[in-house]
Amino acid sequence: MTTAPSLATATHAPPAPKRGLRLTPAALIWPALLYLILTTQVPFFMTVYYSFFRYNLVDPTSRPFIGLENYATLLTDPQNLRILLNTLVLAGGTLLLTLLIGGALALLLNRPFAGRALLRTLLISSFLVMPVVTAVIWKNMLLNPVFGFFSWVVTRLGGHPVDWLAQYPMASVIAMITWEWTPFAMLILLTGLQSLPDDQLEAARLDGAGPLQEFQHIVMPHWTQAIQVVVLMETIALLQVYGEIYGSTSGGPGIATTNLPYFIYQKAFAEYNIGLASAAGVITVILTNILAIYLLRMINRSRSSQGG
Amino acid sequence: MTTLPTSAVAERRSAASRLRARNILLTVITYLIALAFLFPLVWMILAAFKTEAQAFASPPVFWFTPTLENFQKALPAYFPALKNSLIAAIGSTLLAFVLGLPAAFALAVYPTRRAQGTLTWMLSTKMMPAVGVIVPLFLLFRNLHLLDTLTGLILMYTTMNLPLVVWMMHSYMSEIPFAIYEAAKVDGASVGQEFFRIALPLSMPGISATALLALIFAWNEVFFAINLTSSDAAPLSVFIGSFKTSEGLFWAQMSAAATLTVLPVLIFGWIAQRQLVRGLSFGAVK
Repeated sequence: MTTAPSLATATHAPPAPKRGLRLTPAALIWPALLYLILTTQVPFFMTVYYSFFRYNLVDPTSRPFIGLENYATLLTDPQNLRILLNTLVLAGGTLLLTLLIGGALALLLNRPFAGRALLRTLLISSFLVMPVVTAVIWKNMLLNPVFGFFSWVVTRLGGHPVDWLAQYPMASVIAMITWEWTPFAMLILLTGLQSLPDDQLEAARLDGAGPLQEFQHIVMPHWTQAIQVVVLMETIALLQVYGEIYGSTSGGPGIATTNLPYFIYQKAFAEYNIGLASAAGVITVILTNILAIYLLRMINRSRSSQGG
Repeated sequence: MTTLPTSAVAERRSAASRLRARNILLTVITYLIALAFLFPLVWMILAAFKTEAQAFASPPVFWFTPTLENFQKALPAYFPALKNSLIAAIGSTLLAFVLGLPAAFALAVYPTRRAQGTLTWMLSTKMMPAVGVIVPLFLLFRNLHLLDTLTGLILMYTTMNLPLVVWMMHSYMSEIPFAIYEAAKVDGASVGQEFFRIALPLSMPGISATALLALIFAWNEVFFAINLTSSDAAPLSVFIGSFKTSEGLFWAQMSAAATLTVLPVLIFGWIAQRQLVRGLSFGAVK
């Protein structure tokens, strides 16, 4: 404290006597900061540390340092490359579908019609449903080859019953997770649309713009930010999909729907292979951060080019 | 010429009716898509009121006399898991608030370059996948005897919700007019008084919205629940997960349990839907 401000207050009123512990802004921030460092940064560095060892809980006494061997094992085994690919296909496919369906729904809901508010409210439901509930309901009641609802629909349409999770495992999982995440895309994209000032659209219409031109030149540029937010948030979340796979396919058949989080769960908690699971964890974190930082840069660049 | 105006009027009229027809068509399409999206949920809730035989009858049964039998059967196993879910969700939300509210306040009212960096860093911990920390946490929990305890679960859910609480409350507290703090400072208010007497009361709406979101996220969490609990502290997500191998044996009972699990979140979520956008996009889209 310099003397100038205290002198200034002294001329107005005598400062109230300070009793007990004096809180400073830094003291208010530190507990939260420390908590997050202890529960995210410290364990992550321990994960990195474990990843350099051959470490299996079945034999905890022997823990030799093996350098990058866990990483080499992970990245050279074609099976594991399949898991990496699965992770990307699952996240990318779901992201694309939720953007398309969510965007269409947002456009449809961005007009006045009877029951709009109710429909908007109801449509967010699937996002609120617990991932494990989604998984067991879809697996048992919708996708079941014999008694499932979808098989009944297919037979009614003249087809043969389909064992969805066995024949089209990845597509089924993507459909399920798309069902869950479309409301998220819809909500953010709808909010983005609603912040578009009406006079801009009116001006465009007066200038004789057709619906397509209107969409391309007015709606799309304005929508970019909302789309980027959806892409960023969904990418981070979808790379971590776990409950849906745990509850439906358990990564199968074979490794057809195993993604990195599920693979790490299997390695760590079924095979007790701590070293390998740690290396896979480090790879997941790096992958998530590369994608997130790249996407954040993209967002910041387009924001600064818009001048705000 | 008298024909031109009449034809122009007719043309405008038909254009208007075409527009109306298009609008009706779009509305019908919207309703159909909404129906398709809601179907899995409706189907689950219907099954909860069917008998087991009706629940996996093929062709499916649409009309039936509802029964509460499944709820009665599901309740004994549901209640312990419900208790765990409630304690974990409420406990972690409270802890996240105790840690996060002061931080959000300090970052909002004393903004410095470093504060901005701290805020961004806290948010960036959301980019840390749970799988990147689960192995050491599991080993640590095992050594500290925190496995399968609600304390352990609360600690992890707090980690998950803390950045959300700080970020959302920071955005709410930044909206409190700065002049109010200035006036308080002139009157000799300490940092603590500003926090308890001004920031907290004025950001109550933000606190309730943030609390709802934090509760929903903790309630729905699966990964930590499955890997850090087994029986004693198993929350609803683990309980529902145990139905994954039921293979059509207890669909009605499973649906009843799932309905009871999902319903509170649905109701809370519908209430908080506007705040949902703010929380989910971290204020990037308003």
